Formats: sequence, C-alpha cells, structure tokens
Amino acid sequence: MEPVSAFVNLYNNFFFIALPYIAVIVFLVGTIYRYRSTSFGFSSLSSQFLEGKKLFWGSIPFHIGILVVFLGHLTAFLLPKETLLWNSEPIRLIALEVTGFIFGLSVLFGLVSLFIRRISNARLRVVTSKMDIIVELLLIAVVILGCWIALGYRWGSSWFAADLSPYLWSIVKLSPQIDAVSAMPVVIKLHIILAFIIMLLFPFTRLVHFLVAPLHYIVRPYQKVVWNWDRKAIRDPNTPWSPTPPKNN
Amino acid sequence: MDVRSQVSMVFHLDKCIGCHTCSIACKNIWTDRKGAEYMWWNNVETKPGTGYPGKWENQDIYKGGWEKDGDSIALKGAGKKKGLLNIFHNPNMPMIDDYYEPFTYKYLDLIESPASDDQPTARPVSLITGKPIDIKMGPNWDDDLSGTPDYARNDPNLEGLTPAEQDAMFQLEKMAFFYLPRICNHCLNPACVAACPSGAIYKRGEDGVVLINQDVCRAWRMCVTACPYKKSYYNWNNGKSEKCILCYPRIEAGFAPACMHSCVGRIRYLGVILYDADQIESAASADESELVDKQLDMLLDPYDPEVIKAAKANGVSDSTINAAQGSPTYKFVKKWGLALPLHAEYRTLPMLFYVPPLLPVMASVTEVSKDQNDNLNPIAKQWTDSWLYDTSTEELWGTIDQARLPLKYMANMFGAGDESKIKGQLQKLMAVRIYRRWKTVGDISEEKVNEVLKDTNLTAELADEIYNLTSLAKFDDRFNVPPAHREQAIEMLEFAGDEKGSTGFGIKEKVQRGL
Ligand code: SF4
Ligand code: SF4
Repeated sequence: MEPVSAFVNLYNNFFFIALPYIAVIVFLVGTIYRYRSTSFGFSSLSSQFLEGKKLFWGSIPFHIGILVVFLGHLTAFLLPKETLLWNSEPIRLIALEVTGFIFGLSVLFGLVSLFIRRISNARLRVVTSKMDIIVELLLIAVVILGCWIALGYRWGSSWFAADLSPYLWSIVKLSPQIDAVSAMPVVIKLHIILAFIIMLLFPFTRLVHFLVAPLHYIVRPYQKVVWNWDRKAIRDPNTPWSPTPPKNN
Repeated sequence: MDVRSQVSMVFHLDKCIGCHTCSIACKNIWTDRKGAEYMWWNNVETKPGTGYPGKWENQDIYKGGWEKDGDSIALKGAGKKKGLLNIFHNPNMPMIDDYYEPFTYKYLDLIESPASDDQPTARPVSLITGKPIDIKMGPNWDDDLSGTPDYARNDPNLEGLTPAEQDAMFQLEKMAFFYLPRICNHCLNPACVAACPSGAIYKRGEDGVVLINQDVCRAWRMCVTACPYKKSYYNWNNGKSEKCILCYPRIEAGFAPACMHSCVGRIRYLGVILYDADQIESAASADESELVDKQLDMLLDPYDPEVIKAAKANGVSDSTINAAQGSPTYKFVKKWGLALPLHAEYRTLPMLFYVPPLLPVMASVTEVSKDQNDNLNPIAKQWTDSWLYDTSTEELWGTIDQARLPLKYMANMFGAGDESKIKGQLQKLMAVRIYRRWKTVGDISEEKVNEVLKDTNLTAELADEIYNLTSLAKFDDRFNVPPAHREQAIEMLEFAGDEKGSTGFGIKEKVQRGL
C-alpha cells in the first residue's frame, strides 16, 4: 500500500469509525453520570436576568432554527426511504431544502448575535465560561459549514438520506461502512467531524439542558404537593417503620 | 373534606418599626452568596411606595399571579402554553435592574489610600462585575417616603383614588406611612409551582412550605414571572431559582424562622392553621368580591371534632392538631377577624396574613378644650399645652373614614379592593383601644365602651385576649409550631452553620455553577 493512501485510510478510520464511537460512548456515559450524580449542575444557565433585550434576537432565532434543523437531520437519518420518497417530487425537494436553509441561516444569525451579546456585555462576561465560548464557536463553525454545504453540494437532503444515513446506521449496527463518507468532499467531512466533536463535548457543556427539556409539563397537573410518607398510612400502627427516609421530590 | 395543615404567619403592622432587622437576619443565614446578593427573601417596604422590585404590585408590568378565565383561572404570564412558548426568551421576566444591581463599597480605600489633601472615599462597586457603579436603586430605596414624587406617588395601590385624594395623602403636614414586611406567602394555590416547567417547585404536604428543588430547577425562570409577590428569585450566578424556605430547617427543629425570631417589634406570629384542600379550586376562582371571604372559609376550626377526625385520617399528627388549637395565627385570622391576606386578588391564596395598621389612621393631633384637658386622667396628660393625640373624638368611627391613609388604599392591599373589609377590621382594632383606654385612662364612659364593643361583635374577654396577644405576648404565645417528627423527617435535619454559603440542605455535591 502506498504511504499516502495508508495515511488517508488511517485518517478516515479515525474520524469516521473511532471518533463516532468515542463520541457516542462519552456522550452516553457522560450525560448519564452527570445527571445521576451532579444534577445540581443541570441547568440552562439562562442569562436573561442580566440582559434581556439582545437575548431576544439571539435566543429565539437560534433555538427555533436549531430545533428545525436538528429534526430535519434526525428525520433523514431515521427515515431515509421516506425522505427520498418525499424528495422524488422536485417541488417538495426544493421546499424542503429552502426551509432547511432558511432555518440554518436563522441559527447562524442567532448564534452570532448571542456571541456578540456575550462578549460585549460586562455583566454577561462574568457568567461566561470557557466552555461556553468553545461550544459557541464550534456551533458557529458547524452551522457555517452546514449552510455552505446546502448551497454548494445540492441536494443535501437526498444524499444525506441515500449515503450518510446508511453510514450512520452502519455505526449503530457496529459494522462501520465508511466508503461513502470517505469519498465525500472535505467540507462535508469537516461538518460531520465537528458534529461528532460537539457530541463528544456535550456532557461537559451547558447543552445538556436540551436533554431535560420540560415536555412533561404538558401532562402534569399544575399544582404539586409532596408528602414524605404515605399520609393515609402514617398514622396506622400497622405501617412499618422504614430505616431509609424517602428522598423528597 | 381534605384536611391539611399549614404553617402560617401573621404580621401585626401597627407594631412594625421598619428596622429591617428581619431582612438582615434572613440575609445573614440564607442569601449572602454570589448570585443571591440582590435577593431579599424577607424585605420591608414603606407604604405608600413602589417596593422591591419596583412596582411589583403592578401586574400589567410583571404579569404575575392568576387571572379569571371563564369559570376557572389561568396564570397571567406563564402556564403550559405561554410558559413553553416563551421558554427561549421570557418577555415577562423582571430584570436585575428592576430589583437593583448589588453593590458593596471599596472600604479598604479608606485605609490604604495615600495621604492627600482630599478625604479618601469608598466608591461603590458592582457585586456582579466588580466595576465602579452609580447606585440607582436598592432594596429599600424609597424607605420612609424618600423620593416621594418618584416612588410613593407611583404606588400601584393608589389605583381607584381620585387625584384629590392622592394629593391629600402627600401633603407634607399630613403624610403618613407604614411598613410592610414581606416574605413568600407559602400560598395554597401557588403560581410559582404551577408555572415551573420542570416541576421543581412543590408544596410540602406536612406543613405547606413551598420549596424549589435545586437539583431539578433548570433555570426556565417561569416562577419568577408567575409569583405575583416577586418572591421567587433567579440566582444569576448558579442558574437556579431560589425563594424563602420559611426557615424549614429551623421550624423542623422547633425554632422560629430567623425573621420572626429577630423581629424587634415582635410583630410576627407563627402558628398552624388547618384548612380544607377540597375548597382550594373554588376559593381561588371565586369572584373578586368573594375572594377574601372564600379563602377565610377554607380555614377550619381546630376544635371541631369532625375536623379533628378528618385531619387524623389524613395523617396530620396530634402535635400539629394541638398546635392548631393553640395557634396565634388562627386567632388573629379566624377567631377575631383581624388579619387579612395581602392582595387576595392575585388568587394564589397567600397564607400569610396582615393586621392592617390603625396607627396612621389615628395619628392626628387636635386641640382640646380647657374642660376636656382638665378632665383627663393624669396618666394621659403628658402635654402641658392643650394638644392631644386624638383618640377620643366624639364620633368614634368617624376618624376611620377620615383616615390619613384612605380606606380605599388599604383595601387595595388587604381587601381585594373592598373597603368594608378593612373598615370592620380597623373598627375592631379601635374598639380594643377604646376599651383599654377606658380601663387604664378612664376618660371614656362605660356605656360608650359597651356600645363600641357591641358594634364590633366583641366582648370584654375577647378585647382582653386581643390586647394580651397584641401587646403582652411572650415568645411562646407568638410562636406555636411543633417540631417535625423525626420518624417522619421531612427534608433533612442538618446543622445550618455547616451549610452556610451553600445552596441549601440535602445537596451533597459542591454547589457550583454547572458547566
Ligand atoms: S408567594 Fe411564594 S408560594 Fe406564593 S406564588 Fe410567590 S413564591 Fe410561590
Ligand atoms: S424586624 Fe420586625 S419590626 Fe423590624 S422591620 Fe422586620 S418586621 Fe418590622
């Protein structure tokens, strides 16, 4: 084998086989460990209390945009056939691509506003950690690459479903097939690599608040009263005494 | 009947001297930490005034509490729909500047600055950025009516008063004010609990204390919006909301909360009240005119055998039932009808009650005739000239209507806008005074006193009881809450000193800002 292609092989193997597995394992172990042992640190760390006006122009476009874009990626990954079927009609393909691109720009706009807001406000600098900056820059890079790909390498929603979804599934199925991804242009490769790096760093950042999105709020009753013991049983002499006090809430 | 127990406080506003000792006691124990400097779980406001955070009572600005929504009620600025839609940016959230930017002074500069022709100064610096700031606001910025044109004049409770009435309140010679100490009301229909998307806030079944689980709070900040009293605060440093915990670690151990224990004026009373939780919904969604009455109807007679039976079936312990029977707050609120909830119109069913102040009503000085002056009991005759601190006018009830703080103003705070509530209550307070004056000074006829007592549905015994608990009560009379049962240990009994500077109890990890 030639030295160059050996190097390329090594490089592809590392970034598209080793890195994904490391990222997934760190993500799973990291978030579960963090949630179970240090849940105090689980917070969206909102800074709205210190600055609320500029936040509007950053937080809203960013969050709405990233939700849509993320769901788009997720759909193409989970339902590649359906995505391709949808895209078989050019109008629908273009509608999908345009929507994705607009929300991608919205993410970018939001992130840049948030970044400027963070570094230009003295109060906010106090509540900004190094990790916040790293995540912010990584996200900006990923989104710029993503928008570039959407413009320059059409039609992403189709080739994602056709080529990348099988690759991601091969990772899930523990038999990585990296031929397709190895042949991708470098911009796309970088986008993928950065995405895995974000996944890797996820448990060590404020991004964890995404995992505790309060969806259960929709179904719970408004009021919440907590008894430490079964109040109907507590005065009953037959209720056995328990040596372990209940953990409240 | 779903009988539950609630630890409830009464504030006797006539006795508050506005010393802020309560606030300091609370701050020293709970909130002298980074991110919490600006929080005053207990604060004392001058009324009329805009309070802390500025104009907190104006729900058009802050969107706190519940509002009527057909037959039911809905949160005004939060809730499932509004809360989740606004989660990325909450338009109804108060900002740090609505409270104030916490500050300290560079005291060291006073000592360390080199000798010069000028006095050294200690500049104020922000406790957030550490940079010098101009102080624009503080937690009691409008204390004692300072800055009246900007603050007292903008008191939201002036709503419904004519401009003439308002002007009359602020004539220099006639100005009157009183103090309003505030902590979390540990409501029966808490808006903060309902607004929390994470479900981190809950009401303890055993004693009704409303707490935020710090491990579950995710900084969605909806409680800050929802609490109409602005008593849930966002810690800007560690990204968790915090609020008054009614010193539950102290209460569980049988001690009074710090604010109460340190109260110089001894204005606070703490006791257990039994209530019927089945009525919460209907009481909270009652018509505005019925809100106060319906809330008071929920509170149950702790001597009623039915109530005791139902309480026991519900797991309320004997010590709690005993305490409810000796509860000073029950007496003020139900037996004597002297204490009212603050801003019942927010519909959170607040369980802290206030005895509205009579003093500014009465504090007028009148000239008495020579005759009257000669007839005075020597004890009352402290004035060499013929000026008298007027409490014995012929028209006994007249003075209440001509109060220097208009009844409407008081009613906006304590009666959900209904003046008759305040009037009856102030008349009772007045009757007790007249009765005591008859006893100690003796310049009022017995006939008159009996008439007054009859008018206010009081008896001599009741008047004595009220007088005793108001003026002479010892600590144990004012504080009657049983310690928690160890076998039912509630949160955790730990030594408060060990936890000082941390976020609280039961958290074993280092309390620090998340990544
Ligand atoms: S006063 Fe206390 S219990 Fe009531 S809504 Fe506000 S924070 Fe919640
Ligand atoms: S310590 Fe008592 S008297 Fe002093 S301000 Fe507080 S409530 Fe009023």
